[in-house]
Amino acid sequence: MLHSVDKASKSKFSLRTRPTSEKLVDIGFKNIVVAMASMVAVVLFSIFAVVYYESTESISRYGLRFLFSSSWNPVTDEYGAFTAIYGTLFTSIASLLIAIPLGVGTAIFITENIIPEYIRNVIGIMVELLAAIPSVVLGLWAVFIMEPFIRPFLNIIYEIFGFIPFFSTQPLGAGMMPAILILVVMILPIITSISKDSLNQVPSKLRQAAYGIGASRWTTIFKVIIPAAISGITGGVLLSLGRAMGETMAVTMIIGNSNNFSWSIFSPSYTISSMLANQFGEADGSQVSSLMYAALILMILTLLVNVFAQWIVKKLSLKYQ
Amino acid sequence: MNYTSQKSLTYNPSLTRNIGNKALTIISALFAIISVLPLILVISYVLIKGGSYINLETLILEPEPPGDDLLSAGGIGPAITGTFIMAVIASIISIPVGVGGGIYLAEYSKSGKFAKFIRFGSNVLAGVPSIIAGVFIYAIIVSTKILFGSMFSGIAGGISLSILMLPTIIKTTDEALKLVPNDMRRAAFGVGASKFTMITNITLPAAFSSISTGILLALARAAGETAPLIFTALFSRYYITSFDDLFYEMGSLSVLIYNFALEPYEAQNQLAWAASFILVVVLLSLNILSRWIGTLGSFSKNKV
Repeated sequence: MLHSVDKASKSKFSLRTRPTSEKLVDIGFKNIVVAMASMVAVVLFSIFAVVYYESTESISRYGLRFLFSSSWNPVTDEYGAFTAIYGTLFTSIASLLIAIPLGVGTAIFITENIIPEYIRNVIGIMVELLAAIPSVVLGLWAVFIMEPFIRPFLNIIYEIFGFIPFFSTQPLGAGMMPAILILVVMILPIITSISKDSLNQVPSKLRQAAYGIGASRWTTIFKVIIPAAISGITGGVLLSLGRAMGETMAVTMIIGNSNNFSWSIFSPSYTISSMLANQFGEADGSQVSSLMYAALILMILTLLVNVFAQWIVKKLSLKYQ
Repeated sequence: MNYTSQKSLTYNPSLTRNIGNKALTIISALFAIISVLPLILVISYVLIKGGSYINLETLILEPEPPGDDLLSAGGIGPAITGTFIMAVIASIISIPVGVGGGIYLAEYSKSGKFAKFIRFGSNVLAGVPSIIAGVFIYAIIVSTKILFGSMFSGIAGGISLSILMLPTIIKTTDEALKLVPNDMRRAAFGVGASKFTMITNITLPAAFSSISTGILLALARAAGETAPLIFTALFSRYYITSFDDLFYEMGSLSVLIYNFALEPYEAQNQLAWAASFILVVVLLSLNILSRWIGTLGSFSKNKV
C-alpha cells in the first residue's frame, strides 16, 4: 500500500535538480557582491596609501618639526603646518563647545512633552533640513550676511576685552570667530538628530519610575534620561567633531586664509582643509608633498575621532529590552 | 515619631524646584529657537535674494569671465548641467557598488569577520573629510593623466563624488535588507528559489523604498559638495557639446558659488546667489522626496 503511494507520487512529482547555469549565476553573484563590498576596503586603503606615498618626501624632510613650525614659504621651501593644525583643532573644539548645549538642549526640548507633538516634529525636521544645505551655500551666507551682522558685536567684545590675547586684534571681516559660528550651524543638526534618537530610545519606564519617586522633570532629565542616553549623545558629539575638523568650504570662505599664527580669535587663520582648498590647485613640487603631509595629519585626526566615536558608542551603550 | 506633614500636596509655583524647572524649560526652548533660526535665515536669504536674480537668461546663458561686463555676469546654465552630469556619473559608479556591498553584508555574511571589517570601514570612509576624496582623486587620476591623457575632468569629479556616496548607500542597503523579515527568505527557499532569485525577486523589492531613500540622501549630499570638485573637475564656463567634453574641466553649481562669491564684482556675486537658489531648492526637494519615499510601504523596526 505504502509502496504504491510512493510510486504514484514519484510519477506526479519529480525532484528538480538545479541546472548548472543557475548554480553558476548564484556563485557568480556572490563573488560580485563580495568584490563590491571589498571596494570599501580598497578605496579606504588606497586613500591612505596614496596620501602617505605622496607625502613621504615631506615626512622625511621635516619629520615632526612640520607639526610645530608655522612657516609656509614656497620660495625657501620651508613648510610647517602648526597654524593650520591649531586652527583646525581650535575652530572645531570651540564650535563643539557652543553646539553641544544648543544641540542637546534642542533634542531634549523636542523629545519632552512640553509642547504639542506636531510642533516638535516640525522643529526636528527643520533642524535636519539644515543638514541638507550645502556648506558652500552656508559659506556664501556667512560671507555676505552673517559676518557683516556680527562684526559690530565682535568689535564691542574687542573694545572691552582687547587686553586678553584671545580678543587682541580688531575684527575686520573674515576670521576665526565667524568660522567657528558657521561650524556651529553645520554641526548642530548632527548633534541634535543623534541626541534626539538616543533620547527617544530611553525606555519610558525609567522616566515613570523617576516621576513616581517624586523627581521633577529636569531632575529626571539630568539624573536619569541623559545618563541613559549618554552613549548615543557622545557618539553624535564625536561624529560632529570629525565633521567639523574636515569641513572645508564654509570655513575656507570665511576664515581669512592666513598662515600667520595669532592667538586672537578675531584674526584670519587657517585650517588644514582650507589650506588644501586654497593652495592645492597652484602647488607644485615639495609644496604638494607638504600639503599631502597636512592632508595625512587631517586624515589621522578624523580617523582617530571616528574610531573613538564608534568605540565609545559600543562601550557606553546600555542595553534595554 | 510623627510622619504627618503640614505641607500642601498641590502644585506650588514658588518652590525652588518648580522655579528651576520653569527656567530650564525656558532655556531649552530658547536653545531650540536658536537652533532653528539659522535654517530660517539661510533659507529665506537664499530664496529671497537668490530668487530675485533668477530669470530665463540666468538659467540658460554661460557665465561671463569676472570683470568683463560689470552689469551682467551671464548665467549658470553650464553649471546646472555640469552638476547634473557629475551626479549621474557618481550614481552610475556608487549605486551598483554600494547596493552590491550592502547585499553582501546583509544577505551573505551577517556577522562574519570580513563583514564586520567592511561595516567598520564604511563608517570610517563616511568620516573621511570630503576634501581628502578630492586630494586622493587628484593624486591618482588628475596628476597621472590616467584617463586618456586628460587632467581635470568631469569624470574625475564624478568619481570623487562617488567615494562620498558609497558609504551611505552601503549602510542604508545593509540596514534596509536587515529589516526584511527572515520568514520571507525561508519562504522563497522553501519554494525552491536560488539565493540569487531570492535576493533579486524577494528581498531587494521588499527593501526598495528604504534603499532609494538612502540613495537620494547620498545623491543630495554629493550634489552639494564643493571640496572634492575644486581640484578634480575644476570649473568651466562652457556647455558640454560632445561626449569628449566629459574629459575636460567641467563647471558645477557649487564651484560656481565658491568662485563667484569671492569675486569683488557685484554681478558675479548675484550669480552666486542665483546658483545657491537652484542648488538649495533642488537639494531640499531631494531630501523631502526621500523622506516621502521612506514612508512608503517599507519595513520599519516597529512593524517587524
